[in-house]
Amino acid sequence: MAYALQQLINGLTLGMIYGLIAIGYTMVYGIIGMINFAHGDVFMIGAFVGIIVLTALSTVTSVPVALAAAFVISAFICAVYGFSIERVAYRPLRGSFRLAPLISAIGMSIVLENYVQVSQGALERAIPNLLPGGIVLLKQGDFVVQLTWMQLAIIIVTLVLLAAFTYLVTKTPLGRAMRAVEQDAKMAALLGVNTNRTISLTFVIGSALAAFAGVMFLLYYGVIDFYIGFNAGIKAFTAAVLGGIGSLPGAVLGGLLIGLIEAFWSGYATVAYKDAAVYSILAIVLMFMPSGLLGRHEIEKV
Amino acid sequence: MLEDLKDAGLCAFFALLIFAPFLGVHLGDGTSGNLTLGPTPERLALAVAATFIARMAMLAWHRLRSKRTAKPSNGAAAARAAKYIGPVLLAVAIIFPLLPGMPNAYIDLGVLILTYVMLGWGLNIVVGLAGLLDLGYVAFYAVGAYSFALLASNFGLGFWECLPLAGILAAFWGVCLGFPVLRLRGDYLAIVTLAFGEIIRLVITNWVSLTGGPNGLLGMPAPSLFGLKFSMAGGPGTFAGFFGVDPMPWQKTAYLFYVILALALLTNWVTLRLRKQPLGRAWEALREDEIACRSLGINVRNTKLTAFAIGAMFGGFAGCFFAARQSFISPDSFTFIESATVLAIVVLGGAGSQLGVVLAACVMIGIPELLQSLQIYRMLIFGLALVTIMVVRPRGFISIRRPSVSLGKAKMIGAELRAEGKG
Repeated sequence: MAYALQQLINGLTLGMIYGLIAIGYTMVYGIIGMINFAHGDVFMIGAFVGIIVLTALSTVTSVPVALAAAFVISAFICAVYGFSIERVAYRPLRGSFRLAPLISAIGMSIVLENYVQVSQGALERAIPNLLPGGIVLLKQGDFVVQLTWMQLAIIIVTLVLLAAFTYLVTKTPLGRAMRAVEQDAKMAALLGVNTNRTISLTFVIGSALAAFAGVMFLLYYGVIDFYIGFNAGIKAFTAAVLGGIGSLPGAVLGGLLIGLIEAFWSGYATVAYKDAAVYSILAIVLMFMPSGLLGRHEIEKV
Repeated sequence: MLEDLKDAGLCAFFALLIFAPFLGVHLGDGTSGNLTLGPTPERLALAVAATFIARMAMLAWHRLRSKRTAKPSNGAAAARAAKYIGPVLLAVAIIFPLLPGMPNAYIDLGVLILTYVMLGWGLNIVVGLAGLLDLGYVAFYAVGAYSFALLASNFGLGFWECLPLAGILAAFWGVCLGFPVLRLRGDYLAIVTLAFGEIIRLVITNWVSLTGGPNGLLGMPAPSLFGLKFSMAGGPGTFAGFFGVDPMPWQKTAYLFYVILALALLTNWVTLRLRKQPLGRAWEALREDEIACRSLGINVRNTKLTAFAIGAMFGGFAGCFFAARQSFISPDSFTFIESATVLAIVVLGGAGSQLGVVLAACVMIGIPELLQSLQIYRMLIFGLALVTIMVVRPRGFISIRRPSVSLGKAKMIGAELRAEGKG
């Protein structure tokens, strides 16, 4: 029981990070219908900017200040990355052959990975735990269930971000424009929505969320390298598809589910096959619900 | 001119923001807890200046080009040329390894390119003809390679006995993948195939007792020529001993070259034949409109499954050949990047075009191999080239297509006439 509770906490924390990345995938898919393969690597860039800022500020004694700086700078830099990637690699291909943006995105992902490898080296980079300690929730014999401060911080920051993001999408003019472009880009353009600007901002917001996820990943695990984006990206994309691609609550739900599956599978079965478990469950869910858990069922018109 | 300067200046500003954290500073080699940071402003300045100049050059080029009138693309001329390019390329390929003084390394590169040509043609059946986006093609390549390795080491079978078995096993896995994804479309299909590829790789990596895990498997026999082995020792029973020539390394490489050339041509021939038959036509119809297919009574399930199975079979053949050529395989050879490379070859070639796949394979595999000296920059350049080619030619190298069926004389269809989002 205590063990299960601990796995639940670990799974939820991991799931929050996946959910944040998944939002970026699902937004971009919803709005321009492409798989942004480079999104996982933007997450990796975010983690790297985080470690660079934290290293630069290692003389600053106040941990909250350093953390806040890492989050803000990383989100800003990643937003610039997202904007530029869309401008350079995707916009010229909009409305083109369906597979062209996909290949371009795969190319961009290779570029980002190797760019970081070339500029910062292929070594794993580690930082110490900045928020040690936590709350002891339950003691059962020798086993202690603990919610670390770091986990608590990740959960709170994610919930705040999700609340802000939900407000943005449902209540602001930008959110309205995003939803309009998602439903029908041509009609939205005719009604005076600046589609190009809306799409750019979608990339900017998605990338900033990925940056937050990247810095949290860095803080949670303490170790990153140039290759983390691939695995996290695939998992987050799986989360987006599991929840129903294009659906924002679905992305978060999918992320949490994948985090939980991973945590419980590692806890009760074999760690080696945790990724295989995630992918198998994805395949099984899609077999019975071809549009994901919360996805709209697409009506086919002839 | 002033506008150009402004534009390029803006680009340089963005480049500054983008490159500052990565090129402007360098994380030192300190281990956990005591990382150091060193400024490297000269790298940053170089990158920003390069961006500025590149943007200026691009704008100037656009200005120059917009003055010229666009030449209408002449599909017919290209079609006539394409008629000759195929046989000429084939002739070049046949005499290529026999040219006197051809270095062994180049023949080996030819073998590698042909392997990817074959993979590209195999995937073309699934993606180009049937229009099913498969991001896990490497799974079948892996199944073929490991089938051969396991059959050879456990049952002592040779390459030629294992080749059909590897193809059958891969086709079986193709059907296994095909069943659960029958109802999925487009990008849902893409992620499930990707997941399938990853599952296969994870199983290979972790099932140590069967596959050797990350260490891989060693010592598969190389293909033999009617029982004649290629050995540097010479003597009776070897190729060199039988024909009374000195054993040379290039003899084996050249033989491998012809084996893969034959396998690739088999793939091509089967594809071209199938396109003219009901099955191939059903694939192409499925690609264009699934609902119309169903309404016309085409069995969508069988059509999709055969596309997966036949595509997978050729992937399995290629994998079997790969294992025989390397005589060593490990899970590292079957990562997602391989699937992505093969898919890129198909799309760059112009999805559905057989000749395009050959050109794309030469560009995507040949050039990076020749650039080995660039070492860590190699993949960076590969990625940049992928993006650049896609942006410049979104339809691939060969974007014209001859319809499979037509009333009267078949006319080539140019890219601009093909419905977007299809094909």
